[in-house]
Amino acid sequence: MKLHEYQAKEVFADAGVPTPASQLASDVDGVVAAADEIGYPVAVKAQVQVGGRGKAGGIKLVDDADEAREAADDILGMDLKGYHVEQVLVEGAVDFTDELYVGITMDRGAGKPVAMVSTKGGVNIEEVAEEDPDAIAQEHIDPSFGMHPYQARKAVYDAGVDQSIARDVSSVLTTLYELWANRDASDTEINPLMVTADDEVIAADAVMNIDEDALFRQPELAEMEEEAASGGDDLEQKADEYNFDYVRLEGNVGIIGNGAGLVMTTLDLVDHYGGEPANFLDVGGGAKADRIANALDMVFSDENVDSVVFNIFGGITRGDEVAKGINEALEQFDDIPKPVVVRLAGTNWEEGMEILNEDLVTVEQTLEDAVQRSVAYADEVSE
Amino acid sequence: MSVLVDDDTRVVVQGITGGEGKFHAEQMMEYGTNVVAGAVPGKGGQEAAGVPVYDTVHEAVEEENADTSVIFVPPAFAGDAVFEALDTDLDLAVAITEGIPTQDMARVNKRLTETDTRLIGPNCPGLITPGEAKLGILPGNIFSDGNVGLVSRSGTLTYQVVDNLTNRGIGQTTAIGIGGDPIIGTDFVDALELFENDDETEAIVMCGEIGGEDEEEAAAFIDEHVDTPVAGFIAGRTAPPGKRMGHAGAIVSGSGTGTAESKISALNDAGVPVGDTPEEVADHIEEFLG
Repeated sequence: MKLHEYQAKEVFADAGVPTPASQLASDVDGVVAAADEIGYPVAVKAQVQVGGRGKAGGIKLVDDADEAREAADDILGMDLKGYHVEQVLVEGAVDFTDELYVGITMDRGAGKPVAMVSTKGGVNIEEVAEEDPDAIAQEHIDPSFGMHPYQARKAVYDAGVDQSIARDVSSVLTTLYELWANRDASDTEINPLMVTADDEVIAADAVMNIDEDALFRQPELAEMEEEAASGGDDLEQKADEYNFDYVRLEGNVGIIGNGAGLVMTTLDLVDHYGGEPANFLDVGGGAKADRIANALDMVFSDENVDSVVFNIFGGITRGDEVAKGINEALEQFDDIPKPVVVRLAGTNWEEGMEILNEDLVTVEQTLEDAVQRSVAYADEVSE
Repeated sequence: MSVLVDDDTRVVVQGITGGEGKFHAEQMMEYGTNVVAGAVPGKGGQEAAGVPVYDTVHEAVEEENADTSVIFVPPAFAGDAVFEALDTDLDLAVAITEGIPTQDMARVNKRLTETDTRLIGPNCPGLITPGEAKLGILPGNIFSDGNVGLVSRSGTLTYQVVDNLTNRGIGQTTAIGIGGDPIIGTDFVDALELFENDDETEAIVMCGEIGGEDEEEAAAFIDEHVDTPVAGFIAGRTAPPGKRMGHAGAIVSGSGTGTAESKISALNDAGVPVGDTPEEVADHIEEFLG
């Protein structure tokens, strides 16, 4: 779960990281009032969960009220890479002389957190990592001890941060680690951390990703999640309500399966046989009939979908429950909106096949046949 | 021969009084696994699935000589349950639980370096030696005894590939689901080493997926240390960057690492053919076995 910039800044500021004066606004008058109060110049920044907001026109620097009004008009309500912009952060512009990168993330290969500092801030840090890895100082941290102060200093000095601000940058890094550890974050990052002519450091952006599996012990952040989720793609919001792992894609073959690896494989096979997957939808383990019906509702709601393939290999999931759910979902229609192909294997698949109403669906025995049939159906519809 | 588990393995089930724990303890016993005890705090002295329940794993080890634990404890308490298993010096702990916070696993990962216990999982289906024993939730009936070792990051994909093998009469020595989380105990390299050293394993299937660099590391290991022929499969070729595809670990980063292409080419470079479909994986294995 990714916090919005304004949410992450709030968390960082509460922990003592210096951030620019800012206010959240959701209408044009609110933006102008906020900008007047903060004092020009200000940045007007779209609050949506996508990267590259600036390049896509989601961030504008303005010098007076007219420009603020114009920027607010442009950005509020805009469609930014599929996300509707409902809120902007109005933020005092920082007059900076230098930009740094600081961050904590989990190094999954090492199985432990890593603190990173770079004097090449303000740009896409992943590109820096690829082209000039030495430009990012790294310090692995033993999670059972936490980050020692010397480790923060070492990362800062290794990165070549100027002596005049080294102490402040170390302090910001230490705070980021504490937030990372105490709030179950998967990443805490500031890029850029701006340096002013007076040798002050200030967080001009804020990234905080939270481990969703740990939200049960982070009640404050769980509340923020509901806010963060709003403004997303309609179908992805629906998937959140149904609690599915769902990713919307560009194609027209709807895909439902159990288990991430098997669903990904089904997507890949649709592609392999010349079709285009419309989505990834994992019903998870042990899905009961109502969940299966919800999955079908989900995929039918995507207007790009021309056919649907169900691929269930039961372990914990039972074929008879799946079949019941498919029947329930389809029996409500006089005309089934899109052709559905079903492949059942594993636990109770034979019971499932007996229950399944074959007037409503096409049954295939193997994964390969099911995928090819669904691709053929999609082709027929789109012709 | 088998890898890690056989009919002598003495299993304690942590969380045996929960719905999943009880159901799968019974399923494991039905398959022939020697489940000797359960461990659930506060439930000591009771019986579940026909075996005695103890408050602690330590008691289960002392009283019933358990040497292996299978963990069906809810995610909030599962990290602690793994620590408990490690503290008793069991040979093997298998964590089935899905959704353990990553930071808990980072601490477990550190503790693992200080003990001799092997951990499999978490968020995995477990492992099975067909005809002898299964630890976890795999559906026993699709497996058959034979000479192919299988290691996979995904549960249901394991079932799919095993089905393709079994349908052709190709059986398995042991199948290990190592789990799809970013931080896991036993990884591909560990499993490949076990199969390489097992006399009965004549070919290996390795099922990977997008995210992380485990498959690339495995490819390097195969190149250097594995003589047994390996066939691969990588799920997630069609996954867009930046989107988490179900598994916590299955996410392609924006900078292009962890992609299906990088994994497939690393495996190909190590002499491992990678099937476009599970059927093709079975084709390769059939060829290896002649």
